[in-house]
Order: sequence, then C-alpha cells, then structure tokens
Amino acid sequence: MTSTLFTTELGVVNVGLASFQHDIELQGAHAVQVTWTPPRDYSPEVRAALATLQQPAIAERIRVANEEVVKRIIDAHPMLVGFGQAIDVVPGMTKNTILHAGPPIEWKDMCGAMRGAVTGAIVFEGLAENIAEAEEVAATGGVVFSPCHEHDCVGSMAGVTSASMYMHIVKNAVHGNVAYTNLSEQLAKILRMGANDQSVIDRLVWMRDVFGPMLQQSMERAGEIDLRSMLAQALHMGDEDHNRNIAGTLLLFQALAPHMLSTDFTLEQKREVFEFIASSDYFSGPTWMAVSKCALDAAQGVPDSTVVTTMSRNGTDFGVRVANFEGFRWFTGPAQQVMGPMMAGYKPEDSGLDIGDSAITETYGIGGFAMAAAPAIVPLVGGTVEEAMDYSKDMLAITTTVNPNLTIPVLNFRGIATGIDVVKVLETGELPIINTAIAHKEAGIGMIGAGLVNPPFEVFEKAVVALAESIAN
Amino acid sequence: MHVKSVVMPNKYSDSMSLMALSTKVNNLPQVASAMIGMGTDLNKQVIEEVGLATPETEAATPRDQIIVVQCETEADCDAAIEQVEVLRSQGVAAPAESSYRTSRQAYEQESNTSLAIISVPGQYAADEARTALTAGRNVLIFSDNVSVADELDLKRQAHDAGLLVMGPDCGTAIINGVGLCFANAVSRGPIGVAAASGTGSQELSVRIDALGSGVSQLVGVGGRDLSEAIGGIMMLDAMRMLDEDPQTSVVVLLSKPPAAVVAERVLAAAGELSKPVVVCFIGADEPVGAPANITFAATSRDAARAAVALATGTAKATVLPSYDLDTTAIRAGWQDGQSDLRGLFCGGTVCDEVFHVVRAQFPDRTRSNVAKEPAFQLEPGTEPAGHVLIDLGADEYTQGRPHPMIDPTIRNAEIVKAAHDSATAVILLDVELGFGSHPDPAGAVVPAISQARKIAADAGRPLEIVAYVLGTDRDVQNKSAQVAKLTDLGVRVVDDVIELATLSLELTR
Repeated sequence: MTSTLFTTELGVVNVGLASFQHDIELQGAHAVQVTWTPPRDYSPEVRAALATLQQPAIAERIRVANEEVVKRIIDAHPMLVGFGQAIDVVPGMTKNTILHAGPPIEWKDMCGAMRGAVTGAIVFEGLAENIAEAEEVAATGGVVFSPCHEHDCVGSMAGVTSASMYMHIVKNAVHGNVAYTNLSEQLAKILRMGANDQSVIDRLVWMRDVFGPMLQQSMERAGEIDLRSMLAQALHMGDEDHNRNIAGTLLLFQALAPHMLSTDFTLEQKREVFEFIASSDYFSGPTWMAVSKCALDAAQGVPDSTVVTTMSRNGTDFGVRVANFEGFRWFTGPAQQVMGPMMAGYKPEDSGLDIGDSAITETYGIGGFAMAAAPAIVPLVGGTVEEAMDYSKDMLAITTTVNPNLTIPVLNFRGIATGIDVVKVLETGELPIINTAIAHKEAGIGMIGAGLVNPPFEVFEKAVVALAESIAN
Repeated sequence: MHVKSVVMPNKYSDSMSLMALSTKVNNLPQVASAMIGMGTDLNKQVIEEVGLATPETEAATPRDQIIVVQCETEADCDAAIEQVEVLRSQGVAAPAESSYRTSRQAYEQESNTSLAIISVPGQYAADEARTALTAGRNVLIFSDNVSVADELDLKRQAHDAGLLVMGPDCGTAIINGVGLCFANAVSRGPIGVAAASGTGSQELSVRIDALGSGVSQLVGVGGRDLSEAIGGIMMLDAMRMLDEDPQTSVVVLLSKPPAAVVAERVLAAAGELSKPVVVCFIGADEPVGAPANITFAATSRDAARAAVALATGTAKATVLPSYDLDTTAIRAGWQDGQSDLRGLFCGGTVCDEVFHVVRAQFPDRTRSNVAKEPAFQLEPGTEPAGHVLIDLGADEYTQGRPHPMIDPTIRNAEIVKAAHDSATAVILLDVELGFGSHPDPAGAVVPAISQARKIAADAGRPLEIVAYVLGTDRDVQNKSAQVAKLTDLGVRVVDDVIELATLSLELTR
C-alpha cells in the first residue's frame, strides 16, 4: 500500500502531553488534543467482548443501529394527554399489585425507604389495617411486586405505585407509545421517600379524591399539552428537570390553571390544589420522567444497538436496559451512595443508597447531563458551577449524538447529550452522571438530602458481555 | 513530623507535569518531602520507600492522583496541600478549545488528521497505537516501555496498511515541514532523513540547515527499529517513502550501528533506491562492497556535509574550527592531576558521538553509560575516574524524574559535583533548543556554571567549560541569544557535536 502521509496536509491527533499539540499549532498546522486518562482494568471476558464489538464490521452495524435509536429518541414527541387512576390506565395493574422503582426486587431485599413506601401503600389501598400488618402482607405474598418500568411506568424515588393512585398519561405523538407516572407528593416526608405515617396516608387520600380527579378533569378540557416544547423552554429558563424543576412547574401550572378553574370542584378545593402545587417546585418532576420514559421506550428493541434505554435503581440494585434487547433484560449491580449536601440534622451515614426511576431523565439527556443549563442547582446537589458545566460537556464522550430539540443556551445552544453508548462507557471508563435526592436509610423518615452519583461500573461490563454475545451471533 | 495525603479519584495528569509539580512542592519552605503522582504500583512503591505511605495512598488506583506531603506540623501539611493547586495552575497552558476524551472520538470526528502522536505511559501506548492504526492513522509513539513484541506487531500491521509507526521512544520527526515533539525549526529542502536516534536526527537537521540546505521529511523510526527483533521494518518503509517523495532528492539514514543482518538488509534496500543515499551508522566502520549510490559517513556532521553536497551538486563543505584559542596557554595552566573531561549531556546521541571521538584517542581512560562494551561502561556505585561522559537522559537518571532537556535540576547538581572533583579539567555540556525543550535551557544552566567556576577558583584551579548549543535562530529559544548567555560566562561555545569533543581534547592533551 502506498503511504499518503507526505502528500496530504498534516493533521495531528495528540494523545498525551498537551505541549506537543501546542507546538504543532504554533507552526500553523492542525492538531487536536485527546485528554487521555488511564483505562479501567477489565477482566479478560470484558476485554474480549469489547474487542468483539470494536471489530470494524460489527462496529458498523452498531453505528447504523444506534443512529436509528437516537433518531427515535430525538423524534419522539411526548404530549400530556390526561390523568387517570393506575387501575384504569396502567397495563397489567391489579388491585393488589405494587409497582416499585428500579429492576425487579423481592420484599426481603428491599431497603428501608422502599419498605416504608410499600407498607404505606398497602395501608393506603386498604389491604392492611396498619404498617405492622402491611409488613406481614408484603412478606407473605399478599401483594404482587413488579418494576414500574415493566408496566410502561416510571416512579420517583421508591416509585411505589398502587391501584388507586392517579397517573400522568404521556403519549408519544410520533411513535404512539404511552408512558405513565405518579403525581408528586411535594415535600420531604412522603411515601416515595419511605415515610408512611398518618399524615402521609391522609395526603395520598386527598390526592386520590381531590388532586388527581381535578387534574383528570382539567386535561379532559385541555385535550393535550405539548410537553417536549415545554421541557425545551424549561431548560432555557434554568432547569435541568431532574432536581431543578421550578421553571417546568410554572410552565405546566400555567397551562393547567385555566382548565383547573373550569372544573366543577369547589373554590376551596381549587385553592388547596393551587397551594399544594405552589408548596414545592417538584410538582412537574415526575412529568419530565414520563417524558423521558416515553421517548426512550420508542427506542427499545432495535437489534445491534448498544444505546442505554433505562437507568434505574431500587435502593438495593442499579439496573440498566439496552436498546438491543427486546423486553426487560436488566443488567444490575449494587446501588451506590449519593454524595451531596444533607438537610440539617442528618449525616451521610443516615442516607440510603441510590434509589428511583428518575435516572430516566439522565438516560434521556436532561438532569445531571444538562446541569450546564441549571447552574443554580449547585447549592442543592453540591459541587461548583464549573463542574456543572463540565458534566454536560463530558457526557458527550459516552453518548451517540446531541438532541437538537432540547438545547442548552450557555453551550451555544448545543443539544443535550443523547444516547448513552455502552461501548463508549467501556472505552472511556467515564460513567453517566446522575443528580438525585437522598432518602433516609430507615423506613418512615423521608428525604434528607440531594447529591450526585454514578451507576456501578459493573452494569456496563455485564451489558457489554451480553451485547457481544447477542450482536456477534 | 507529620504526613498527610490526599487522593483525588479519577484525576489523571501525565507523569511529566506531576514530576514537575512534585519538584515545586518539594521546594516549598515548610515541606520536608512531598510526592505527587498517579496511584501506579511504581509510584506507590516510591512513596512507601520514602516513608510517606498512608492507608489512602495504598488504596489508590492508577486512575487516582496521590498528593502526599511531610511537614513539621499538621497545619504546615494542610498549607502545603493547598499550595499544590496554586502551583499546579501556574504556567499551565490553557487546555485546547476542543479536546476529546478518547482518541476514538477524535479519529471519528477529525477526518482531516493523518497522524497520531502517542505519549501516554508505556503500558498503554501499544493499545493506543493499535487504535490509531485501525483508524488509518500514521503513528508517532513518543512513549517508551513498549515491549518488543508489541513494537513488532504494530509495525507489521502498519507496514501492511501502508502506514508509518515512528517509535516507540521516538522523540523527533519533521513531517511536511512541521516539527513534532523535540524537533528544531530548520529550513525545508531536498534532504529526507530516516533516523533511529533522537538527538542525532536533531543534530543532523540543524547541521543541514547550517550548511544552507534543508529537510524535506525527517522520519524517526525508534531506537530499536534496526535491532534483529524488529529487523528495520520502518527504516525500510521510510526510505522507500522518501525515494518516492518528489520533494526529496537525497536520502540520509541515521542510526547507531545496527545488528549485522539488519545492516545488510538496510544497505541492500538502500542500494535499490533511485536516489543517492547517505548512511551514517554512528561510530561504525565503513562496510566493503556497498552499493554505488551509498555514501558512508561516520558522524552526523559528515552525514550532513555529504548530503548537502549531493543535494546541491557542490563539493563537501570544508570543516573549519569555529574557535580561535591559544590552547597551549590553557593547557599550561592545569594543576597536577587535573586532566579529565566530564561530559554531562542531555542528548543521548550527542553523548554517543563525543564518546566515540574521545574513546578513539583514550581507549584506556574513557567511560560512558552509553558504551556497549563492558570495558567502557561506568561502574555503578564508584566515583568515576578518567574521561567520563554521561547521558543524563538515560533511564537510570530519569526514573521518576523529568528528562534533563526539560528540567535542569539533575544536570546542575552534576556540574557542581564535577567542579568539586580536583581531576576535572573540562566540563562538556550540550544545550538542546527546539520544540519540547526547556524554554531557556542556557539560562537554566547559568547558576550551576557560576557556582562551578567559584568552586574551582576557591580551590585555586582553572576550569574550562565547553558547550554546544543544538538549534537554530528560528527555534523559539533563539540560538544566538542562548549562545550569548553562555559566552558571557566564559563558556567556550562550539559549532557542532564533534567540535565539542575535539576542542575539549585539545584543551587537555
């Protein structure tokens, strides 16, 4: 073969010492810098799997499949089309089904916050008289546990969802699939955070009897609300829409308010609902989770794709799903400790491990991936503004593309990093960044802080091994 | 004494900058000792040996950065650790506007790149090189500590794909007029170079430039390319590429003496080229029966003269001494027993070329760490006697320390040591300019020279310092300015490497 080195203009990729790149640029030649870091130490099995997926012919198939996957994620257009009770709208829901966040888990393996939420929900549904009896019901198979994700749902924190709870109904106007999620309970001492005393149950009852039905009636009047456009606007207003939702909440409330006023509830009830929405910026938090879920579900089951479609935790395990695998194949590893500022009176050792389906937002490209849009989040989750900016840039290294529909003004309106690629995670050793709330490790207490966390690396190692087996054969 | 450590997970910096940072932190008044490095087994061992190990440093991985300091009090430790970040940010070039986290990303996105330069720690370099070759890029591996097996594998892969692998341990190249790594700013011209020696090729390019000609391409192939194991794969490919290159009219091959079978193969291949070839196997005898288009040269200087003569169709430039000295008077001034040369070099090939000249005259009393034969090697642990020529860039001096072309500390210490030795008559120094080198290498050696002069004067001894500045006026350091800094201190600055040896010998004979 004939070399073209001397006959083409020199351009250099400099892997290592930055001064070499600098010197080349001084001479007027083109040179780009690779900020190299040592690779992780992989097992022979993982190395072999990665090498398989890097073979040019296979890599090309993966590239084509991933392109299709991110096209679907980007094209997906989630619309809010209604609210309804889980028993009426969620596929596979029954009177004694308890949906939970994260990958599948049994009662005996559930963490404190999850147990608190499960038993609270059992009491709320009238399946037990009190928490002690509810524990008995849960332990003896009196309820059926199933992951939210396996019912087109996502659930914040413990994600516990039972038959009579009201759900967002979010429909993908392009691909037709529907996603569901619970309503925000606002505040800190709430079911999803593991609290379950009478005040928590009373609030759930009010949400079932007043709040949910009013939202349902409002949407019957509104028809539909374009959530993707609203999310795009919220990002421009300083949200990242996992832990900072103030703009999104105002926008959603603004769209709902006229219709809520038109419902046939009493003025007192409307006032209660308005005050409840105003009591926490988190009102729209679940909404953006359902948007993310709705977009990502459209991409599930594309053969040869190495793009992550779900990141989710149940407080014990962290699970991911990958587009290549139709259905519900989970790759799991231990949930990690979330590091960040604690509420007054609590210490890091009080915190439970990473929990919730809310990492669906990062999987979509918002939340921790879009922190550059929301520098004001830094006091909540810790770190510096510079770090927040860097997270949004760094995530480009492990994603497939950017989403032009959802942009970050401060990054010159660059789209959010989209399509986490298992192969790139392995190649870079870089993990997705997630910002999230911290629940107390014991049942019955609630939220005690917020911070930053990564998935355990092994979920990606397991995924790459399975992908190599599936794609190469 | 108090020891305090901080481990920064997932914070990588290259060893060159961390060693430089360690030096700065060690110079802080309150610091007894300090070490900053990635959590590699080697670094952890060093930390353990100097008694700075802590449970945190023990637990660090090669992806984590260790900062450990020892001070009188805990408060001093805290203050020192705080200073680390201040010192780190000093003198650091702003990171490139667009940088990539992985090389694969860069190859995908930057289709207008033809070459990858790899300067990551040795154990990772082969994988990076493989990635670059697979992406269709030529590769320059600056890293050392790449196994022979990997080198052979990479070079075979490259050869089959019509790509070059320069290195491993390749410090210098000039491609299409762009100097890479440790290269000098020389004129472009008709002479193409394929070299297996770093400072040797720098010297060759500078000599060609000084003779009024220029370099079309300078391909480094790595010091091991002409070994029996590698068989000169890249030297052979590079010479053929130069033969086909319309900008090149003369090809120069430069190397230390290769393995005999490889030398034969290289000469046979050179004989097939359509262009005249100058071969310089530094210090080797001229073989008999070589092909007609080959001219042999024993030194880089002669190689440059021969190549320029062939390229321009003129006679070889005459060699005139660049100095006009009353050497007799200087020779008369030495004290009894003051007879030895002390060569303290940054450039390996510079040391090598000087060694060959000095050894030829004093086979019994010349020692160097670049010598192949045991009879000429330095004995570890003993004080050197006779003419001693040290390549301070050799592995035994650079383990865990920056190269002396970047950091003057080790050579300055050796200069002072040599001045204390009553046998030392002449200290020989090389000062390399160009990309990659210290921004003011002559200025950096000035304090040690002044101190050496004072030590000798206090002892009532004369002392001669002869230096060679390798570079051009177009190098960022500017050769004339660098030379002036040395001549101001009475240093005899010569014009090329060979003169460094010949003048020094003349002064002591």
